[in-house]
Amino acid sequence: MNIAVCVSHVPDTAAKIKISSDNKSIDRSGVTYIINPYDEFAVEEALKWKENAGGDSKVIVFSVGDEANKETIKKALAMGVDEGVLIKAENSLDSAGIAEALTGELKPNNFDVILCGKQSVDFDDSAVPQMVAELLGYSCVSVVVDLKFEGNKIIAEREIEGGREVVELEMPAVIGAQKGLNEPRYASLKGIMAAKKKTITEKPAAGYENRTEIVKMKKPPEKQPGRILGTDAFAAAELVRLLREEAKVI
Amino acid sequence: MPNKIIAVLEQREGKLKRFAFEAVTVAVKLADELKLEKEAVVVGNEIENINEIGNYGLSRITHLKSDKLADYSSTGYAEVIANYINEADADFLLLANTALGKDLAPFLAVKTDAGLIVDAVNLDTSTGELIATRPVYAGKALIDVKFKTPKKVLTIRPNIFKAVPLNGVTPEVIVKEVNPSNLKSRVTAFKKSEGKLDVAEADIIVSGGRGMKGPENFHLVEKLAEALGAAVGASRAVVDAGWRPHREQVGQTGKTVSPSLYIACGISGAIQHLAGMSSAKYIVAINKDKEAPIFNIADYGIVGDVFEIIPALTEEIKKIKS
Repeated sequence: MNIAVCVSHVPDTAAKIKISSDNKSIDRSGVTYIINPYDEFAVEEALKWKENAGGDSKVIVFSVGDEANKETIKKALAMGVDEGVLIKAENSLDSAGIAEALTGELKPNNFDVILCGKQSVDFDDSAVPQMVAELLGYSCVSVVVDLKFEGNKIIAEREIEGGREVVELEMPAVIGAQKGLNEPRYASLKGIMAAKKKTITEKPAAGYENRTEIVKMKKPPEKQPGRILGTDAFAAAELVRLLREEAKVI
Repeated sequence: MPNKIIAVLEQREGKLKRFAFEAVTVAVKLADELKLEKEAVVVGNEIENINEIGNYGLSRITHLKSDKLADYSSTGYAEVIANYINEADADFLLLANTALGKDLAPFLAVKTDAGLIVDAVNLDTSTGELIATRPVYAGKALIDVKFKTPKKVLTIRPNIFKAVPLNGVTPEVIVKEVNPSNLKSRVTAFKKSEGKLDVAEADIIVSGGRGMKGPENFHLVEKLAEALGAAVGASRAVVDAGWRPHREQVGQTGKTVSPSLYIACGISGAIQHLAGMSSAKYIVAINKDKEAPIFNIADYGIVGDVFEIIPALTEEIKKIKS
């Protein structure tokens, strides 16, 4: 089985975000970058599929960005992915641009399944898996918390408001992983050593175009600390009064 | 210049969802400000409350009807809506950023060669051109963003743009039988989760963190939520510890929420958590540690023992509700 996994290189979720002097992007200096947390579930799932399928199955990891993305590609290689492809492009692509840059490299490989995180925790669009699927003519399911493979069909469970949808889809398919799908493995020392010998091919991105433009990036308005109403249960009555009469939310 | 905006409405089990009316309100407003024609479209089989869009000022809706599309199919929905958009010659689509809207919008953007802006929390047309504001990095920053393409797909964050009733009109409902050819991906069943309300949909959320000391104490949070008609939320720490299911997680690797009221119980306020809930209209923090970062963004705080305060608060709520 031919499996692809797409990963993005994002600021650590614990990072404070500062706006750069261009007022259109973040200041990357001093920010620790990590593999997008949702992509770790995608990598784990790709490796499980490969192990189950056996034979000459292969997993290739793709990432769109600059040299720095190699860190994240290496992380996937250390977990057990076979090869990496860095699709070189500027860091300011929107979802459409990223999906097109990815598709250019994914298409000739005729993958059976393409796994991604359901969203990147930078711009949080939740759009790349669906866009890649539409560009390739694959079926797609995202926000997946459970995945089974039956014959030529995938049975997925995806999280929606108030429960889970059971989705049946035909292969080839793009899957967007949600937290809870699996427990991502740690890269072993052996894995990390082996990753050093694995190839990362660099390709210039082609045939992509942003369809939106950032006019300005800014910090959200700072919330002023409010009132401390007390230190014991007596404060509860006052809180209820304020929520009812002042905030008018209950 | 755009000429027609279409609100793509969401139904589930044959009923238009609450957030569909928010999309109608926003479509009506944008149509007015940008001088566009306006209509709505909904995909499904039987839809019982379709006429209600008239209460929000929209007078024309097309129902793309098929028994194969009673439940969601990304491929099927995208196909019939894209066909309809071409026929209706619309260039601006608006959806609520719900699970369905989030999933469907990127397909429609690619199919119609449109730009996609998701999760807008503010829409400004004062320059004659639409500038959308949306949170990025889970709310740690905001961007003002505009379309570069003549065709546009926009999703709006639920609970931000309130549905505004206008003088009622009886809408013209056009039922169009459709026959989707692509059902490569389709929903075959729905498994309802045990919790009563989902954090993504709730107007009030009561969340618990590590300060609740253990999963056995979450009944206190649940009772307070029940008294308020609220959803139960959780911090990443308690989800990772297995005390609560992931669907309840609020924050950067959970759900980003904007309820009217957010009550944080025993949550210190890690940056990932604050990012996911700081756009709540009112925030209440109950925590033993007066230095906890959650107090920096809380409108009202009680510095004290959650085991004493939550039950007292539940009693007070019950008093006023009875």
